Amino acid sequence: MPREAALARFGPAASAARRALIVAVAASAIFALLLLIDGKDPVRAYRDTIVYVFANAYGFSELFVRMSPLLLTSVAVALPSRLGLINVGGEGQLYMGGLFATAGALGFAHWPALALIPLMTALGFLGGALWALLPGLLRAAKLVNETISTLLLNYIAPLIVSYVIFGPWRSSESASYPESPAFAAGARLPTLGSTRVHLGLVYGLVCLCIYGFAIGRTRWGLEMRAIGGNAEASLRLGVPVSAYIIGSMAVAGGVAGLAGMAEASAIQGRLVAQLSPGYGFMGFLVAWLAGGSAVGILTMAALFAVLSSVGDVLQITQGVPFSVINLLMAAILFIVLGERGAGGRR
Amino acid sequence: MTVQHVCHLMAEAAPILEARGVVKRFGPLLANDVDHFAVHAGEVVALLGENGAGKSTLCKILYGYYRPDAGEIRVSGRPASISSPHDARRYGIGMVFQNFSLIPALSVWENVALFLDDTPWAISPASMRRRMRPLADRLRLEADLNLPVGRLAVGDQQKVEILKQLLAGARVLIFDEPTKVLAPQEAEGLFLSLADLSDEGYGLVYITHKLREVAACADRVVVMRQGRIVGSASAREASEAELLGMMFGEQPAREPAAAPAVTPGQTILALEGVATSSGNGAVSLRDLTLGLRSGEILGVAGVSGNGQRELADLVLGLARPTRGVKTLWGEDASRWTAARVRARGVASIPDDPSALALVPSLTARENLGLGDARRYRKGLSLDWPRLTADMAKSAERLRLPPIRYETRVFALSGGNQQRLALTRELAHDPKLIVALYPSRGLDARSTDALRALFLAARAAGAGLMLFSEELDELISLSDRIIVLREGRVAGEFSPASFALDTIGACMVGTADAA
Repeated sequence: MPREAALARFGPAASAARRALIVAVAASAIFALLLLIDGKDPVRAYRDTIVYVFANAYGFSELFVRMSPLLLTSVAVALPSRLGLINVGGEGQLYMGGLFATAGALGFAHWPALALIPLMTALGFLGGALWALLPGLLRAAKLVNETISTLLLNYIAPLIVSYVIFGPWRSSESASYPESPAFAAGARLPTLGSTRVHLGLVYGLVCLCIYGFAIGRTRWGLEMRAIGGNAEASLRLGVPVSAYIIGSMAVAGGVAGLAGMAEASAIQGRLVAQLSPGYGFMGFLVAWLAGGSAVGILTMAALFAVLSSVGDVLQITQGVPFSVINLLMAAILFIVLGERGAGGRR
Repeated sequence: MTVQHVCHLMAEAAPILEARGVVKRFGPLLANDVDHFAVHAGEVVALLGENGAGKSTLCKILYGYYRPDAGEIRVSGRPASISSPHDARRYGIGMVFQNFSLIPALSVWENVALFLDDTPWAISPASMRRRMRPLADRLRLEADLNLPVGRLAVGDQQKVEILKQLLAGARVLIFDEPTKVLAPQEAEGLFLSLADLSDEGYGLVYITHKLREVAACADRVVVMRQGRIVGSASAREASEAELLGMMFGEQPAREPAAAPAVTPGQTILALEGVATSSGNGAVSLRDLTLGLRSGEILGVAGVSGNGQRELADLVLGLARPTRGVKTLWGEDASRWTAARVRARGVASIPDDPSALALVPSLTARENLGLGDARRYRKGLSLDWPRLTADMAKSAERLRLPPIRYETRVFALSGGNQQRLALTRELAHDPKLIVALYPSRGLDARSTDALRALFLAARAAGAGLMLFSEELDELISLSDRIIVLREGRVAGEFSPASFALDTIGACMVGTADAA
């Protein structure tokens, strides 16, 4: 009986840890194979990786830089998933967050940071929220499936960003490169010392904690899990299902929008066309692999931060294109799906 | 006489399809216990019975959908081993379901070609159509065989289904309530086709609960009740009363209203000229007027699928009337949400709790908290200790075993899921209880306990709406019974006029009692 109780208590965490281990080992093996095929030396590649990523203060700090948006975009996927909704629109929501925050940064450039940062944060949230609200409304009205609509909106958001940086918001400093004017100092998120680690990490951790608490410990979390478990029964028990669908999508989009705001404000210092190297999509993988658990999201986000750092390092030291990392992530998804399938049969 | 001759004669004598000693259980439920059921060539057998009498189960066994737990199936006198519909078709057994298995976008001949085992890999449309034409003519299928099936009338689609089965070599055809989807003229056409087919020596089985159809098309009628065959008669000679008696049982009704009658008090629920719009395929309510007072049990009888679920949903605030007014406790409640209806003390006891009242992935405790999240609000969360105490009390009052709070609901048995839902729904002395087929899936002891509970709730001044297919149950509990048919109140009965045969006749539509 105590063993059962322990299993019940630590089962989810243990299985998340086991999954993370499997992912790490299998990913390393597959990646070594890819390097071999490309005629590179995997042993040297891994040594480089460890040296640059872990045995180096700057490399290590970069992990947190990458983790920040991943935490936010994975919460944006995990929250609706508790209601049985599949939000694949993190990328688009991130871009809209960046766009709205930029509007604040450029329009109120003279404001002090203490006022401007909260304003940009609110605008970033609003932008992402509005971008996810539309799919939420369409889904609640039973018109369009949210998976399709969020996916398609991913293509539109970067185009809108491109439009403003090619057009109305184009910087006059550089005629050749489309980007918005640089943000004023008061519009830049504070960073930690000389690193690029920024306040967005705190946003991510806070959102993750709120998410974990809300789902597990509140009335709303209970009702959202009920909708995910049996929408028909929830409706019959008087749970306002449509309101939850719309609300959770909007909040999720807002959280992804915060990632866009942080990237624009802290990393780029302006709005650019390549605001995200696919954080929205990576967030989907992270949330999926974590099975929606807050601890799992933290672990998996860290793992994916490492992977994406590895991609950068190898691009420089070995001349391997960064897109190899996408191959690797797809392989990981496969492994985990296979492992889960086998687990289900056992 | 040659040997062949003898064999031929023997085959003539033996039924074309026969079930002997067939038993089928679903868990504790005995779905079929059929000693002997036979169809002869050239005969239309009507299989008559209430919903849940086991008609469909028997036919699905014959067609290989279910494997019987015991018993034997014989085809033309020889034992047949049928473990799938494909096997059944090889033995010449075909079935026409209520929902056709046709692909709307494909043409008539393509649908038929898809079904046949001997369709060559290279199909010649012309030869396919040539092969189908004579049969199509005999079935009076006048439609162009090149037309997509989706553009045919429902009656013609049914003919395509029959055509498919006949071309595949069926000698016995089983029809599952075939007129349910047909307009009256189309039904007439079907009866003509059935007569033709039986003249040609096909054996036909016709599942129905409509007495009128039995007389219209069958040669022989076999009546089922509670999984058993309880009688058989010539369709032309059997009287309606005789058949109703067999369908609903002839045991004397229990004493109506075992508990002391309570004088009904204020009106709880009133529907006035209410109509609903039907979703896809659902029955819509039409011009429905009824009232329910406190201290009263209103029995709602009817063959299932005649608007019971729609009426319950309307009362519970899950559907809104498109016309008419719904009042609860004198207030216009037509547009109240389900949450508001619940908050006013309306409890819902559905027939399938794991689908309609519980969330299987959550624990028992979380499920208990769901319907009343506002009542137990405490900070951001719920007052779990108070909830647990209340629910424990409720379970004790219902004489149910203690609840295993941390167990996830999917791990509970069906009976325990039902008990969990009851514990929650009856925890706060509901003033109106809407119970749909509450004794479905409960054993006799739990059913009795539930009845006692309903009577106690009535004595405490609650109003109850009790939907059931078991007339016995309704008669023993109700203060008043209404019969729903096709979304209307087809009849209303007071205890003085409670009688199985008249209510039964009203349910199946042979007589209207106004």
